[in-house]
Amino acid sequence: MNTPSDLLYCLSHEWVRLDGDIATVGISDHAQEELTDVVFVELPAIGRAVDAGDPTAVVESVKAASDIYAPVSGEVVAVNPEVEADPSLVNTDPYGRGWIFQLRVKQPADYSGLMDAAAYQAQIS
Amino acid sequence: MTDLQHSPLESAHQALGARLVPFAGWNMPVQYASIIAEHAAVRTKAGIFDISHMGQFLVSGPTAEAWLNQMLTNNISKLAIGQGQYTLMLNDAGGVIDDLIAYRTGESDYFLVVNASMIDEDFFWLASRQDEDVTLRNESHLWAGMAIQGPLATAIFATVFPEETLPPRNGISLTASDAIVCRTGYTGEDGFEFFCPAAAGLAYWEQFLAAGAAPCGLGARDSLRLEMGYPLNGNDLSPARSPIEAGLGFFCDLTKPEFVGRATLARQKAAGPQLKLTAIQYTDKGAPPRAHYPVTNSDGQAIGELTSGVLSPSLMTGIGMAYLPAEYSQPGTPLQIEVRGRRYPAQVVKKPFYKR
Repeated sequence: MNTPSDLLYCLSHEWVRLDGDIATVGISDHAQEELTDVVFVELPAIGRAVDAGDPTAVVESVKAASDIYAPVSGEVVAVNPEVEADPSLVNTDPYGRGWIFQLRVKQPADYSGLMDAAAYQAQIS
Repeated sequence: MTDLQHSPLESAHQALGARLVPFAGWNMPVQYASIIAEHAAVRTKAGIFDISHMGQFLVSGPTAEAWLNQMLTNNISKLAIGQGQYTLMLNDAGGVIDDLIAYRTGESDYFLVVNASMIDEDFFWLASRQDEDVTLRNESHLWAGMAIQGPLATAIFATVFPEETLPPRNGISLTASDAIVCRTGYTGEDGFEFFCPAAAGLAYWEQFLAAGAAPCGLGARDSLRLEMGYPLNGNDLSPARSPIEAGLGFFCDLTKPEFVGRATLARQKAAGPQLKLTAIQYTDKGAPPRAHYPVTNSDGQAIGELTSGVLSPSLMTGIGMAYLPAEYSQPGTPLQIEVRGRRYPAQVVKKPFYKR
């Protein structure tokens, strides 16, 4: 299972890449494997304010719809149109072209609810 | 909830890395690696499904034919020995208890294959109305079942049984090894359903796999059947809905003077049903439709809810079925499916969704 060490993770299987006050969010390799074939991604509206833990996007397989939660509080500043057009990118490149949305983080210091790769890896193994 | 029942093929599913989930009281594979790949295997090559959870009843006796004609909607007298028919078991109000296949296996012997979720209820219903000259046996626990489906299914049969001939469409036959072969299925593809003593199941499963059948789970079974517009009992059929409303009037012989539920069917057929199980397809991309999502007319007024829905792997668009007022059942009627508050444009289409 691929769990890059430069990312932070949530218990609900989102990953976060921090770059200044911008947090890019996707789902982990483990999550995409559990979900199997992703056939639809519902993206949030740009400008939407979300609190950490809010359902923010939806990723759907043939069998189920799964909420993707905001790992931190902030405002949606970008979404990935590529996964809307080709949802399978979430399966094939979950940490790259399969990213889902970006937040401008409200309180850049508050990442207390997130895990590093080692902690997440321990969680899922 | 009682303890889950286990298929005689369960160890094979585990060895293949299947995801096992509770279904109708059974621990069954929903998928192996990919529902989309399994679905495609059945449409283009051949897949094998574990259907050991399905129920088998044996009915025999001098009055078995007359009694089954009373208990089931289709006309069992039309079956020659070796033939089968799709039929329904109704309650007194004409609602569906179960849909099943009835095969005639002898002069006065019948083999019924019923839904897993309904084995106990079906058996109780039949036993409590049993004719004294009819023997009714529930053999569901004795049999392993497999459905081999797809364009290569007949070649797979020939590989495993070089000395045997497949029965014709809807037919049933016995192999020299006393396994039951039915030329039926739930996918819209050619193929057969195979029943053998539970202890022999694993060996046959391995032989069918070796002959080229790809293991497929309940996820693909559901998307394949829905592409054909085949109903699933518990979703699209219910005790509150009749087969006339479900569009299954073809399998209800109203020329029979009497059978359980007949009065309601005759009345609905004469007047035209107020509700019809209607096939609905997205006209554009959208979130996968699923059971219980609201259906609205083109003005956004709620007119029903989906009984089944899926993103069709063959058509790559959303498909579903819903009981709608009859005025909305004409193909081409514009509708909308509501997913998480957002409405996706759709229209009524003619079944099947997927045309070969």
